[in-house]
Amino acid sequence: MSRIDVNKTYKLFIGGAFPRSESGRVYEIKGANKKFIANPSLASRKDLRDAVVAAKSAHPGWANATAFNRGQILYRIAEIMEGRSEQFVDEICALEGVTNKVAKSQVEAAIDTWVWYSGWCDKLSSVTGSLNQVSGPFYNFTSPESLGVVAIFAESKPSLLGVVRTLAPVLAGGNSAVLIASENYPLPAITLSEALATSDVPSGVVNILTGKSAELAPWVGSHMEIDGVDVAGLSKKQEEELKLVGADNLKRIFRFNLDNHPERILSFMEQKTVWHPIGI
Amino acid sequence: MIIDGSEGSLKKFLSDLPPVDQVGAEARAAMLSTRSIKTTSKAWAIDMAISMVDLTTLEGADSFGKVKALCAKAVRPDPTDLTVPSVGAICVYNDMVKIARTELDAIGGKDIPVAAVATAFPSGRASRAVKELDTQDAINAGANEIDMVIDRGAFLSGRLGEVFEEIKIIKELCGDKAHLKVILETGELVTYDNVRKASYLAMLAGADFIKTSTGKVAPAATAPVVLVMLEAVRDYFALTGTKIGVKPAGGIRTTKDAIKQLVLVNETAGPDWLNPSLFRIGASALLNDLLMQRMKLRTGHYASANYVTMD
Repeated sequence: MSRIDVNKTYKLFIGGAFPRSESGRVYEIKGANKKFIANPSLASRKDLRDAVVAAKSAHPGWANATAFNRGQILYRIAEIMEGRSEQFVDEICALEGVTNKVAKSQVEAAIDTWVWYSGWCDKLSSVTGSLNQVSGPFYNFTSPESLGVVAIFAESKPSLLGVVRTLAPVLAGGNSAVLIASENYPLPAITLSEALATSDVPSGVVNILTGKSAELAPWVGSHMEIDGVDVAGLSKKQEEELKLVGADNLKRIFRFNLDNHPERILSFMEQKTVWHPIGI
Repeated sequence: MIIDGSEGSLKKFLSDLPPVDQVGAEARAAMLSTRSIKTTSKAWAIDMAISMVDLTTLEGADSFGKVKALCAKAVRPDPTDLTVPSVGAICVYNDMVKIARTELDAIGGKDIPVAAVATAFPSGRASRAVKELDTQDAINAGANEIDMVIDRGAFLSGRLGEVFEEIKIIKELCGDKAHLKVILETGELVTYDNVRKASYLAMLAGADFIKTSTGKVAPAATAPVVLVMLEAVRDYFALTGTKIGVKPAGGIRTTKDAIKQLVLVNETAGPDWLNPSLFRIGASALLNDLLMQRMKLRTGHYASANYVTMD
């Protein structure tokens, strides 16, 4: 007798929990072979709002953790992903229709990306900060600080690596993130959220939504609590629209062409300069 | 008169009260919390809730500066939007009453009452003489409302006459100078039956308001507790023709929580109670959330805590 399939319900990841969309909506994902794969949640603007609330409240704890500790946690994500690599490979194969070998190399690249950014955490302020010469009896030094809540529209392909290379630098800088997975390739992002939930990443530091970018983008743009946006997964037109509404609270809105690069981290950080009198 | 003033008649009256259906009260409160209040109703509810907030600071670290800042916020909760109503009252410790009253009068908040927590707040563990002095001190300093705590120890050990007597004495001290709010501290009363009994006891003794909690004990103003108290004021009105106010305090932090309270009021005591003179919400963090939700309704996009004051 054949066994009945036990299929996974793909849900959102908000504040460390895995809720369905408050709207109750789902949408259908088909694989490269046009066969049904899953019904992930179709996030609404209220799910986005909840995710931002979770991200905002998690931000101080994450930003104030020592950079060394953040680096350890990012490395831990790589460790946990390594153990789940087969699941990632299967999902990438089904979604993107690539060979096992190609999928495997994407997963490895994604894991290596975490390791790469984990190393940067405690080196950022030494490499990019400075002790400035000023014409007065002051120590004047500059060091980078996290922005706050950063929203990410993940690229569609490569489906896993696209998520990790946008998410890792945001976390490395001490920001909390609301990641909107690509509409057609969201499964690796959801599986990643399961890895994140068991990687010592504090609840709410990463929140992952699945659904339609076009529906959520205007709300991301106008949300006053979101301080930065990586628009990798948006079209040029959507990006322009988001920039228009995002100007209200001076959001940092970026699209990166670079591969792994510290500029990706620093773009979502602010340089803080402190004056301190000498001799006190 | 419902009771003749003797402890015997009081005890008889309270023990004859019907018991609270615990499951029923919780289910009813939960059902009412699912009401969806949107758009214009929500805008109305937010403004109503703001005008009902007893803006509170009850910390050991309170300073004159903090109280003054709170007064400014009470008069004009959102300085960027003059259509936001002032809050219901300021709620402070005794020694801050004078500064609060002076400040409010100076900045155009003459109509905003100052409530003082008296009678050895929050525990109520002091002798009768101290509690009386405490109250007198607050009234002398200019308090318009007195938030007194009941002696929960006496209540729980059945010395109801003592609790009754104490409220009566404090009420006499208040006279026509101050409104009396009686804090039941429902988190320490354990059962809904006790909440109902204590509500009636306070109302019979002369309370103008019954208040759930000090805010120092959890659980505080849970929905079923507020429901039981609202039923008590409704039934007391039917019995005597006197309207007593209700003030939930503690644990109401979001606009959603506040609107749930308003739904409870409307559906239990009735629309007459949707009025700051009969319903108040004791809170500190709540006001910012109300303001942010108001901004959201006005501007159409989600607001940020960066645009409201840190208290």
